[in-house]
Amino acid sequence: MRSDRGSWGRVISGGLIFGAAAVFVSLVGMVEALGVRVIVIGVIDFGRLLLLLIGLGAGYQAARRGGGGVVIALLRGLLAGAATGAGLAALLVLGSEVNLRGMFINASPALFEIISFGRGAAGVPLVVAAGAVVGVLGAAATLLPGTVRGPLGAGVTATIVIGLFQELLQIILQGEEGVRAAIRQLIFVPEGLPPRGALEVFVVVLVASALWRSRRPVVRGWISKRPPRTQRLLRLLGLLLAVAVVLVLPAAGGLFVSQVLVLVGLYTLMGLGLNLEVGFAGLLDLGFVAFFAIGAYTVGLLTSTGQYGVAHWSFWAAVPVALVVSLIAGFLFGLPILRIRGDYLAIATLGFGEIIRLLALSDALRPWFGGSQGILAVPKPNIGGFEFSGPMQIFYITLVSSAFIAFVAARLRDSRLGRAWMAMREDEDVAEAMGINLINVKLLAYGIGGAFAGMGGAIFAALLGSIFPHSFNLLISINVLALIIVGGMGSLPGVVVGSLFLVGLPELLREFSDFRFLVYGAALIIMMQVKPAGLWPAAAVRRELLKEEPVGAVTEGPVAERAEA
Amino acid sequence: MALLELENVHVYYGNIHALKGISIQVEEGEVVAMLGANGAGKTTTLRTISGLLRPREGRVHLRGESIDTMPPHVIVHKGVGHAPEGRRIFARLTVEENLMMGAYARADPHGIKEDLDRVFALFPRLKERISQVAGTLSGGEQQMLAIGRALMARPRILLLDEPSMGLAPVLVEQIFETLKTINTQGTTILLVEQNAYMALTIAARGYVLQTGEIALSGKAAELQANEEVRRAYLGG
Repeated sequence: MRSDRGSWGRVISGGLIFGAAAVFVSLVGMVEALGVRVIVIGVIDFGRLLLLLIGLGAGYQAARRGGGGVVIALLRGLLAGAATGAGLAALLVLGSEVNLRGMFINASPALFEIISFGRGAAGVPLVVAAGAVVGVLGAAATLLPGTVRGPLGAGVTATIVIGLFQELLQIILQGEEGVRAAIRQLIFVPEGLPPRGALEVFVVVLVASALWRSRRPVVRGWISKRPPRTQRLLRLLGLLLAVAVVLVLPAAGGLFVSQVLVLVGLYTLMGLGLNLEVGFAGLLDLGFVAFFAIGAYTVGLLTSTGQYGVAHWSFWAAVPVALVVSLIAGFLFGLPILRIRGDYLAIATLGFGEIIRLLALSDALRPWFGGSQGILAVPKPNIGGFEFSGPMQIFYITLVSSAFIAFVAARLRDSRLGRAWMAMREDEDVAEAMGINLINVKLLAYGIGGAFAGMGGAIFAALLGSIFPHSFNLLISINVLALIIVGGMGSLPGVVVGSLFLVGLPELLREFSDFRFLVYGAALIIMMQVKPAGLWPAAAVRRELLKEEPVGAVTEGPVAERAEA
Repeated sequence: MALLELENVHVYYGNIHALKGISIQVEEGEVVAMLGANGAGKTTTLRTISGLLRPREGRVHLRGESIDTMPPHVIVHKGVGHAPEGRRIFARLTVEENLMMGAYARADPHGIKEDLDRVFALFPRLKERISQVAGTLSGGEQQMLAIGRALMARPRILLLDEPSMGLAPVLVEQIFETLKTINTQGTTILLVEQNAYMALTIAARGYVLQTGEIALSGKAAELQANEEVRRAYLGG
């Protein structure tokens, strides 16, 4: 029975790891900082939710590994959850004996209040028991059939999301009467989401999700039985609906949401560019922000009405120039690093990003680029008297250029050049032996990728109306790389999904800002474990990582379908 | 005029003198084998011909034209196809995508389609697995794919690096049968092999490399009969 004992040991040690995670997020201050955001009034806040999720995760993980019946699985969850709780309990005991604040500034009485359910050191057994209960719940989630777990998960997620963003939603739904006000009054109270509203949301989403699950095959079947013309029409209708929703987003969401959306759009532009370099061509680039800076500075210098402006051009005249300049910058950037591969490429590109930033910052070039004071008075774009004065208007520029550039990227991917990139990504030597001119192909990847980011930079300049060198630091390059990894390397929709998740969400949850990179790191690790191909994987990666094809398959149909799916 | 001619080729890896004056001739329509132990310089020779390495001294001629200063992609255009050592197929792409990648240097859709059919006729297994991801193919199928991919460029001369490596004996025989067919269809083959026995059964002539130099050369039958070759490479 050694192996059995071993597996129980693994359950406990697994639970302790989750416990360590709980202690960690507590001590870095996340629990307390996120606790400001109440999800359901009087029930739970974001900080407590975080601890709860860790406990659920412990139970889920423990029950999923290893077989055994229902009781065994629940027992595993219980044990793992209790071990997680024990981690926090240990922190509690330690905190009540020693003053931890000398080392951990966040080990405040308020934190211990949260962890111990307000009972101090006396709360220790309660914490362990709570962990166990939560662990059992997490384990139970693995036992439920998909038809139950799906709607349940949807209901809980919807409740959490609505609770998290209640402030924003209340602003969107403001007004005294009408449908908006009715919805608002139904769910919210002025202070937030009350338990009654949470229950309403939960039940509605649960029922809707369950209905959708059971009716989906019927709807699908009905659609597939329509003549192709009607099917096309329906698809077009769906697309138009999606476009319409996106178009009214700024008006519906207000200034703050628009600001976030523009930021998501800018990161999408950069992501599309970096995705072309890293995802399509396999060229790692850690200095990508350089192209963004070059685009921004080009527009800034050409349009500024201030001290450093050289031409007083309009935004629209300056954008093509910005694209060309960043394209050329990409070529020049590529030249010295043509022969460099792998890790060395990462370091060389890292340097390029810093060089551009330091040049912009330098005193020597101050007469032209304004040094640390930057370039001011960049005018807003306008068309025939209509001024794109703020994020709500600039959103549309971002949207149109993102759509256009995504289209260009998709066409490039399927072109001859795209095939050459793909071959180069898979195996540089063989690509060369296939007759691919690596020099041209690499330079084009850097150039076009750079031009995409330059477009983002151009809009960025117009959005802020001023440009400072410190806006273009290394972290932006890392953000962009992280978002294409999370979205799915080489996948175009993945870029949008990635920037919504890694740029949009943290902006909307301002409490996150201090922990942004912690969350990025955690998100990347979890992604690698759970969805290594990204949230929306590219076709080739999906095929490789999911390995669904039976090796002996001889028919063409099913395999081809799966590759497309 | 020989189709391919190497004339006193010297190649260095840094300070290491890898090829010390290699001279090789391959006539149109021939199968020529290059034998030798590990590190003798066989792969280096092939890489030099396809332009992946540059000779420091000496010349490489293709139909009398000097190609040793041309970049690899131009040499592919000139009609040199290279199936590199260790198969090196694009594991994440499908069989069809791999083959189409082989035709990258060409712009004649009709000819490409013809050659695709030809490859499928040579390797029916590949046709069965046309949409399968190449990484999930068996070793033998991957080797077929590597050869097929090289053929898709419609080369005049095919450089094959160790096509028998890691394959079961029955598969090795199959592959060599197919190589013979490819040759009779008009493609010249320069074959690098450690499996000297198989190589010499399909080759007309052979060269034996030893530490960067040609130790022996001659007709396949002569090499097979040669005491030294027998002892060193044929296990007898």
